[in-house]
Amino acid sequence: MTAIRPRAGIGGVGESAPRVDGLPKVKGEFEYASDLRREGMLWGETLRSPHPSARIRSIDVSQAAVRPGVRAVLVAADVPGRPRFGLDVKDQPVLAAEVVRYAGEPVAVVAADSQEAARQAIRAIAVDYEVLQPLTDMEAALHPDAPRVHPGGNVVRDVRILHGDPDAAAEVWVEGYYETGMQDQAPLGPEAGLAVPAVDGGVDLHVATQWLHADHEQIAPCLGLPEEKVRLHLSGVGGAFGAREDVSMQIHACLLALRTGRPVKMAYSRPESFSGHVHRHPSRIWMRHGARRDGTLVVVHARLLIDGGAYTSTSPAVIGNATTFAAGPYDVPNASLHGTAVFTNNPPCGAMRGFGAVQACFAYEAQMDRLAAALYMDPLALRLKNAMRPGTVMPTGQVVGGSAPVRKLIQGCAAMPLPPEEAAGGRDPIRLPGGAGNTSRGEGLARGAGYAVGFKNLAYSEGFDDSSQAWVRLSRDGQGAMAEVKTAAVEVGQGLDTIVAQIVRSELGVERVVQLPPDTAIGSAGSSSASRQTMMTGGAVQLACQAVRAELEARAGHHEVPDLIEFLDSPIEAVRTFHHRPTRALDGTGQGEPHVAFAFGAARAVVEVDRDLGLVRVVQLAVAQDVGRALNPQSVLGQIEGGSAQGLGFALMEEIDLAGGLVRNASFTDYLLPTTLDMPPVVSLLVEEPEPGMPFGAKGVGEPSTVVVPAAVVAALRAATGRALSRAPVKPDDLVGLRTFPGYRPPP
Amino acid sequence: MDVLLPRTLEEALEMKAAHPQTVPLAGGTDLMVDLNFGRLRPPSILDVSRLPELRVLSREDGHCFLGAGVPYSRITAELGEFRPLAQASRSVGSPQIRNRGTVGGNLGTASPAGDILPVLAVYQAEVDLVRPGDTRALAWDRFLLGPKRTAIAPDELIAGVRWKVFRGTGSFSKIGTRNAMVIAVASLCLVLDEDARQVRAALGSCGPTILRAAAAEDYLTAELRRAGSWDDPACRLGQPVIDAFAERVADAARPIDDVRGTAAYRRHGLRVLARRALAWALEDRRQGR
Ligand SMILES: Cc1cc2nc3c(=O)[nH]c(=O)nc-3n(C[C@H](O)[C@H](O)[C@H](O)COP(=O)(O)OP(=O)(O)OC[C@H]3O[C@@H](n4cnc5c(N)ncnc54)[C@H](O)[C@@H]3O)c2cc1C
Repeated sequence: MTAIRPRAGIGGVGESAPRVDGLPKVKGEFEYASDLRREGMLWGETLRSPHPSARIRSIDVSQAAVRPGVRAVLVAADVPGRPRFGLDVKDQPVLAAEVVRYAGEPVAVVAADSQEAARQAIRAIAVDYEVLQPLTDMEAALHPDAPRVHPGGNVVRDVRILHGDPDAAAEVWVEGYYETGMQDQAPLGPEAGLAVPAVDGGVDLHVATQWLHADHEQIAPCLGLPEEKVRLHLSGVGGAFGAREDVSMQIHACLLALRTGRPVKMAYSRPESFSGHVHRHPSRIWMRHGARRDGTLVVVHARLLIDGGAYTSTSPAVIGNATTFAAGPYDVPNASLHGTAVFTNNPPCGAMRGFGAVQACFAYEAQMDRLAAALYMDPLALRLKNAMRPGTVMPTGQVVGGSAPVRKLIQGCAAMPLPPEEAAGGRDPIRLPGGAGNTSRGEGLARGAGYAVGFKNLAYSEGFDDSSQAWVRLSRDGQGAMAEVKTAAVEVGQGLDTIVAQIVRSELGVERVVQLPPDTAIGSAGSSSASRQTMMTGGAVQLACQAVRAELEARAGHHEVPDLIEFLDSPIEAVRTFHHRPTRALDGTGQGEPHVAFAFGAARAVVEVDRDLGLVRVVQLAVAQDVGRALNPQSVLGQIEGGSAQGLGFALMEEIDLAGGLVRNASFTDYLLPTTLDMPPVVSLLVEEPEPGMPFGAKGVGEPSTVVVPAAVVAALRAATGRALSRAPVKPDDLVGLRTFPGYRPPP
Repeated sequence: MDVLLPRTLEEALEMKAAHPQTVPLAGGTDLMVDLNFGRLRPPSILDVSRLPELRVLSREDGHCFLGAGVPYSRITAELGEFRPLAQASRSVGSPQIRNRGTVGGNLGTASPAGDILPVLAVYQAEVDLVRPGDTRALAWDRFLLGPKRTAIAPDELIAGVRWKVFRGTGSFSKIGTRNAMVIAVASLCLVLDEDARQVRAALGSCGPTILRAAAAEDYLTAELRRAGSWDDPACRLGQPVIDAFAERVADAARPIDDVRGTAAYRRHGLRVLARRALAWALEDRRQGR
């Protein structure tokens, strides 16, 4: 019998409650967006530009339109409303009209009776392009004579942060130049959705996304419909990692459904998915660190350049992050940090797990190791000496509030047990670098360990109020008490639905929690990004539960009663909205209070390298993470392991290979993700220092491991090989010395 | 698209003769990728995965016959004594791919990165091709004509491969940029054939098709003779000989730069693999392994 009594063991906060979506997912019964189906539905397909830069002279759809089974062929002129969309800046054409700015940009869409018919129709569309010279180098984009990707020039955003005296004198200097590649989120579920025309002339879109309301706000104006006639419903999301923040097939499917009066499904193939979403920004970073001889950091100079590709997307926020974090989680009294995001004719870049913090950490942690070497100091001692703490003034002038257990993380990470030494000979080669390839019996083997410390902002920054709304209803039926919850928050696989249920159970003391499907009928929950949903939607659910409980206790006359269920003759409901504390945008010298809160992490990687072949086996990853409070410890460990795997991939293999603006590896054959033989065991330490102002003191946990693991893995590779390795992902060529990068060169 | 489901090889051959455009499907681990990526739109598919005749593993007259439809997982389980073959099979894909993928499919695809192909090259294997009422055997290098090109006729199917069993040590190694499920950046298969007193080495992913390193083979065969090593496995070869062999292996490559690796790295990697493979082969024969 379900009673109303807060108690342990009912799957509340702090327990490793099993995932509510776990069983259906494991059994293959969970419906992902790509599984959506409707009687009489059509299939939509997209024609994309093969050129990174071209003028469209004409588009001839006549051959495509008369093919059997083809119901609609749409080009830019068929977009009834606003021709452009975008998360913040609406600069991306729904369908390209005059010019295409990247290879893969949508030019036309087709709806047909079958996917095959739609694909063939796409091939029958004739586009006459005047091919232009693409701008594909991020430094070249800054040149005054560079071709302009947009009329306003090639700078998306320029951030300058001046702090203290940037000309301060130091006793020891180190400088370095670093590069990182373009990583793909590679969610296993490609972009998919189903648009269903409605009797009121509107449309219902079922879609896998990260933020229903941000999609909604972009879709309705392009369709020329009032917002209430466009309704979004969340479909099963097969991973996101930032890839679903930007609109992909949403507007196209709605346009086709409205045009044909039939449900239209669009589901990208794997190669198309590489064109269907933004990627992690490639970066070039120049850094100079000055310190006193005792290791005290005096000043950091950083120049960061990131390639935003053809459209704005989230580049302004990503460069904001990269620049505000460029000095690392350290007490740095003087700094000059200058970051620029540029437009090029490369595929657009935007959100991906770590969001600008990953690139910065790769550079500043390499610098910390360099500085330690120059000072003949232990790299951990150097980090401990300078570690940020509550009260530290960041280069933006923001004072670190909340919890900041950086020293604890460093010490805890270093104290985790090292993997045992293993003899080189006598192993099954599958347990050596090269793995199943049988390339070694232990020859050329070297082991190395490396550390990295880093941090990431939680929730949205720079003055943004990304609030979340929740509705909770408590009622009673034949089986006892039941709580229903509704939010628009998206379960992307991170475990949010489970956390929401746990919060409800703890706050209301009921076991039975029913979650209603997320849609746009309720207020925004904000994005499932920036490690924010447990705090923000968790916070909203907590507030709504507390309101419900207050009402129930009022009914009970605030007396101690064994079970409040007897006062539940009529249901109680409440809607509440959670806001994080306000933040402040940066001013002209980069001063402000841009971030809500921070999550810190420290990682240690132990690697083995075959120094002759440049092959790698990561033996162990140890991650200490600042989690505020672990609401579901198992879920937190899962996030740390998954984030570590994505970080390892970034360090060793994951890179979109571009040649002249064209993606050369748009498949899982050549875009390599770590396998179980690449991913070692992860040992984790959860440091729990509650964050004030957040539900139960929880911090978001999705990103820190992705931020620190790449830097730690590459540091370990440096230790094993003695090579500088200034670019991630590290290739075998780098490890055997066939490819080298400049140690330093003057920034542009 | 129709799927033809023959029950016997004979039926399959009749169907193939009647529908020369039909494409055979064994494990489907190459074919389905081509279909999914829209690179292939055959009018029909001929499912050869159930044909008992293609799943034969047999030994007679000092030869081994490996049916075209035998999956890699069976090779690693049942043909362990052919060490390079078993090592190559274990290096293919993932467990799922090894349960489905076949040698016939590797030959049919004829990729320069096909991992079984360098093994067949050093085994000097013959490919058995069947058509209604007729069989012919083609040497591996007469069958593989170029990247994704073979000598198979439209009415033929691959029945299997056959090679002369020989005594000797050897290995297969493959370099890839992750530790499993990776297409070879470069691979090397080396055997020391004690019966023929001959060294054979073949390279994968280092040219438009599988390459034999003839100059390296001749050099090492002669050096082993000179050292008296064919008669006495305890005889050691000097490091300069091993290095010179490795150099010749690397010289046999005709690599290119592509998304999987650079030409310079491929040559470098082959040099390292050749040194290691030779050292292992010599060590193993000294140990009588
Ligand atoms: C994830 C993944 C990983 C892979 N990893 C590797 C790897 O590590 N190394 C590697 O070498 N390959 C790899 N492959 C490729 C593939 O698995 C192999 O080439 C395998 O040997 C193909 O065998 P199959 O039976 O699946 O062939 P299929 O896909 O069924 O057929 C391949 C070709 O051969 C033809 N064919 C098949 N059987 C016959 C026959 N009896 N007669 C005539 N023609 C025939 C088919 O018509 C087709 O053209 C991988 C593939 C995938 C999807």
